[in-house]
Amino acid sequence: MDRRKRLLMDVLLIAVLLALTGILYFQYGKTDEAGTWAVVRVDGREVARYAMDQNGVYPLNGGTNVLAIDKGEAWIQEADCPDHVCMLMGKISMSGQVITCLPNLLTVTVEGGEQLVDMITG
Amino acid sequence: MKTKKVTVMALTIAVAMILSFVESQIPAFVAIPGVKMGLANIAVVFALYKLGWKEAAVVSLIRVFLVSLLFGTGATLFYSVAGAVLSLLGMIGLKATGLFSSVAVSVTGGVLHNVGQIGMACFLLGTDVLRYYLPFLMFSGILAGVVIGVLAAILVMRIKLEV
Repeated sequence: MDRRKRLLMDVLLIAVLLALTGILYFQYGKTDEAGTWAVVRVDGREVARYAMDQNGVYPLNGGTNVLAIDKGEAWIQEADCPDHVCMLMGKISMSGQVITCLPNLLTVTVEGGEQLVDMITG
Repeated sequence: MKTKKVTVMALTIAVAMILSFVESQIPAFVAIPGVKMGLANIAVVFALYKLGWKEAAVVSLIRVFLVSLLFGTGATLFYSVAGAVLSLLGMIGLKATGLFSSVAVSVTGGVLHNVGQIGMACFLLGTDVLRYYLPFLMFSGILAGVVIGVLAAILVMRIKLEV
């Protein structure tokens, strides 16, 4: 196959991957509503949820990570793991956003922009 | 296996490890875990085109094991192996079609590496909340893949090697 055809196939494949990325972005990555809960999961099980509109500092998972919530933003303030990736992940506030601490199998997800409305109307 | 081939493979693994080390010294520039250049993939793509698919798989997997041992923390190996295996399967398969250049092959490798890592993380964490990162990691995998693919193509062209 000549170079020109290969180049065309390359561009085509990259375009398909970009389109797929776009679809996934609108499906999972796009966040435009503030969440109501910071949901903490350890090993896949929900262990705690904290209201995003209440300021506070919460030790998680027996103290391996410390979650802080202030003015509708949640972040990990302290962690006992060596890499501190979860602390570097910064502040989350929008529904769907997530902070993970892989060494401790812990995730903090912002959830429930819509649920609040559902609770009020339903 | 010819001695020369073994030697070239060993050199390629060494280069891949150096590239991994260099990359580990670059501080994270976005707050999304897993976003990186994947410099070591230059060596894997090079091996795929110059040595063959089995050799590329050996280079990739040995690199992953050694790098995790040397610079990794605990569970790093699981994520890296998942990423490396998925990426290898995709790259080998795509190259075998003969329809694409090393750029498309490397882009596929970059994307699948990230998909494999997220998949493994979701499996270990027992939750799929990490899907939030998927589009961002796929996009970074595409960008990195283009750069790596072009670099690898230049190397494959320039380095004269009979094995």
